[in-house]
Amino acid sequence: MTEDELINSYPHKHLLGIEGLLPTSINFLLKSSNDYVDYLNNKKNGKLDILKNKICINLFFENSTRTRTSFELAGKKLGADMLNISVGTSSIKKGETLIDTAMTLNAMQPDILVVRHHDAGAVKLLSEKVNCGVINAGDGPHEHPTQALLDALTILKRKKKISGLKVAICGDIMHSRVARSNIHLLNTLGAEVRVIAPATLIPKGIESLGVTIFYDMKSGLKDVDIIIMLRLQLERMSGSFVPSIREYFRFYGLDREKLNFANPDALILHPGPMNRGVEIDSELADDIDRSAIFEQVQMGVAVRMACLKAIIDHKLKAND
Amino acid sequence: MIKKNNPFNSDKKISKKYLLKNGSIIDVIKNKIIKEDLYIKNKVVEKIGKNLSKIVDEDTEIIDCKNLYISPGLIDMRVNISEPGHEHKETIKSASMSAASGGITSLVCMPNTIPPIDQPAIIHSIQRKAREVALSKIFCTGCITRNFKGEEICELHLMKQSGAIGFTDGIKSIENTRVMRRALNYAKSFDGLIIQHAEEHNLSANGVVNESETATRMGLKGIPSYAEPMIVERDLWLVKETNCRYHVNHISTKETVEIIRKAKKLGLPVTCDTSPPYFTLNELSLKDYRTFSKLNPPLRSEEDRLSIIEGICDGTIDAISSDHTPQDQDAKRLPFNQAEFGGVGLETLLSLSLNLVKNKYVSVEKLLRLLTVNPAKILNLDYGMINEQSEADISVFDLSKSWKINPESFFGKSKNSPFDGLLVEGKNIMTFVRGRLVYRL
Repeated sequence: MTEDELINSYPHKHLLGIEGLLPTSINFLLKSSNDYVDYLNNKKNGKLDILKNKICINLFFENSTRTRTSFELAGKKLGADMLNISVGTSSIKKGETLIDTAMTLNAMQPDILVVRHHDAGAVKLLSEKVNCGVINAGDGPHEHPTQALLDALTILKRKKKISGLKVAICGDIMHSRVARSNIHLLNTLGAEVRVIAPATLIPKGIESLGVTIFYDMKSGLKDVDIIIMLRLQLERMSGSFVPSIREYFRFYGLDREKLNFANPDALILHPGPMNRGVEIDSELADDIDRSAIFEQVQMGVAVRMACLKAIIDHKLKAND
Repeated sequence: MIKKNNPFNSDKKISKKYLLKNGSIIDVIKNKIIKEDLYIKNKVVEKIGKNLSKIVDEDTEIIDCKNLYISPGLIDMRVNISEPGHEHKETIKSASMSAASGGITSLVCMPNTIPPIDQPAIIHSIQRKAREVALSKIFCTGCITRNFKGEEICELHLMKQSGAIGFTDGIKSIENTRVMRRALNYAKSFDGLIIQHAEEHNLSANGVVNESETATRMGLKGIPSYAEPMIVERDLWLVKETNCRYHVNHISTKETVEIIRKAKKLGLPVTCDTSPPYFTLNELSLKDYRTFSKLNPPLRSEEDRLSIIEGICDGTIDAISSDHTPQDQDAKRLPFNQAEFGGVGLETLLSLSLNLVKNKYVSVEKLLRLLTVNPAKILNLDYGMINEQSEADISVFDLSKSWKINPESFFGKSKNSPFDGLLVEGKNIMTFVRGRLVYRL
């Protein structure tokens, strides 16, 4: 592959994770996403036909509103035929194995599968059994690549760069695929990444992924440019990983006081859905100067358009 | 792979005579290699000596064993047979064929069958079946507690009388210290052997791999490595008090080796074994979410692997078992979290162990002790050595024959080997059980 091709294309059949992607591939996807942001911002623009007559299946083994809708919208904007399969109505509930589901869907000859699954590695397993391209929309606590891309795009939009920024990821690092994908992406593009959480939510060996660990919000937030807050799932609260919501918010919830330790222009991100009053102060979440939480959603559609297109382009090139 | 002639001989009536010439007999007691002939007649080793060709009977089959080692048959301390209960994964017959092809002449089956071996009747039933169909000798362990519940102890003494050679709850640790104390205390009264699978279940709950950077990267729930040694450490208090014989199965961590080393120095009646995955592989073979590498205990770090080898070399680890755990395709072709634990090991036990010889960690005669006489001693079995007039359970292997592990060519029913595709040196060529040539490559 020539250098030019490396910079101007995405060289993989699937998008299963950020880990292992070259900076060129990440930058290519971000640049392409950025083009779609401009396109989406112009209300006059109608549907595109880049994915016309292409079949894209959203296969979600886990509940999701924003990611699924975002992919659906992205696909439709590109002119693809979008299908949604969710667990509640499918034969997975009837005991079909993942591989059988994959084979069945494969027989319908889709062009892209967008898959979310509650087990780490499940999307990779599925990708080995189908002929089409697969996009990982979240696999257990492993990776969620499109979320990391949209976070990066949001940061780029506001800060114009990623390299050299100090980024703090706060909250449930242990169970978070968003944290892992973000760590890989931000490190690849040259940011300095910290994680902040109580020790019960920090997984073993996370420092070897290239992060510094902080157990204290105030020292962790010192001088940071970007704060990525993670959702604390309700079942992790009260006694298992943290003793109570009240205690968690006191020490790890983001409020004005703690925010003051960060850079004055620090930007707050959150992959959603938010628990107001658990990990983030409600008023802060709505402050558009500081928080880019709703902007992230907009970026999401553009990023997913770019990813869908990249996978299709790769497929077309492979067929040539 | 096309299988040539049937390499097995299951005819139990005919007792032939064999003369193994020019081989190197491994004397595991004296730790040396003897270059002499070996004459097998009437189920036993009739004579060992030089130039026996002249004295053997006329109808003796003479087998040239030039460049081959003649070892006592292997004794495998930990095998999950799956019959009764999961006959689609493995049966007594298929496990024994698998064992025979791997040079194993005696195997110890774990009690986690369905129904579990928690009463004498089940032992009788398995033994009856084994007499009918098995090529190798099959011994049973019994449960320590009824239905592995960890609450009430089983009829240990009655099971021992019926042939149980040790007691274990298989893949479960006895969690309740009081129950464990009682089991050790009770077994002491009839010199029973308590075998522990060491795992602190509260710590390991839902865990699927070793807790480490690898687990974190892959987003898999880890099991801290100290979940193993802390149970051993606890048990040692009880062993100290009861002085009951205590054996730990498939140890996998550096700390467990250290603790047992220390306990042995204190003279406690403690023994342990490990299995080939723990000295051959480390957690990196989980790459790409390979479910065949999902084992219990999980594959550990490289440091742990090297410590296990050290334990084998300095005698802390007494035995090597296959920890054979057959799983059918459907149990492994799943997302990593959902896949079952375990790998098959009967047909690779000898070769993978011999790799330690190839890599110059240990001599062949010393290594074979861990596969023969040591487990025999722990289990109070009168096998595992080659003496005149002892039952002729023998493995003849070629130390330098190289082959690629291909589970599809295994004789067992399940193919879930974590060593798929590995190149190894050393292969079993012939297996004799009670003087009968049951397998010949």
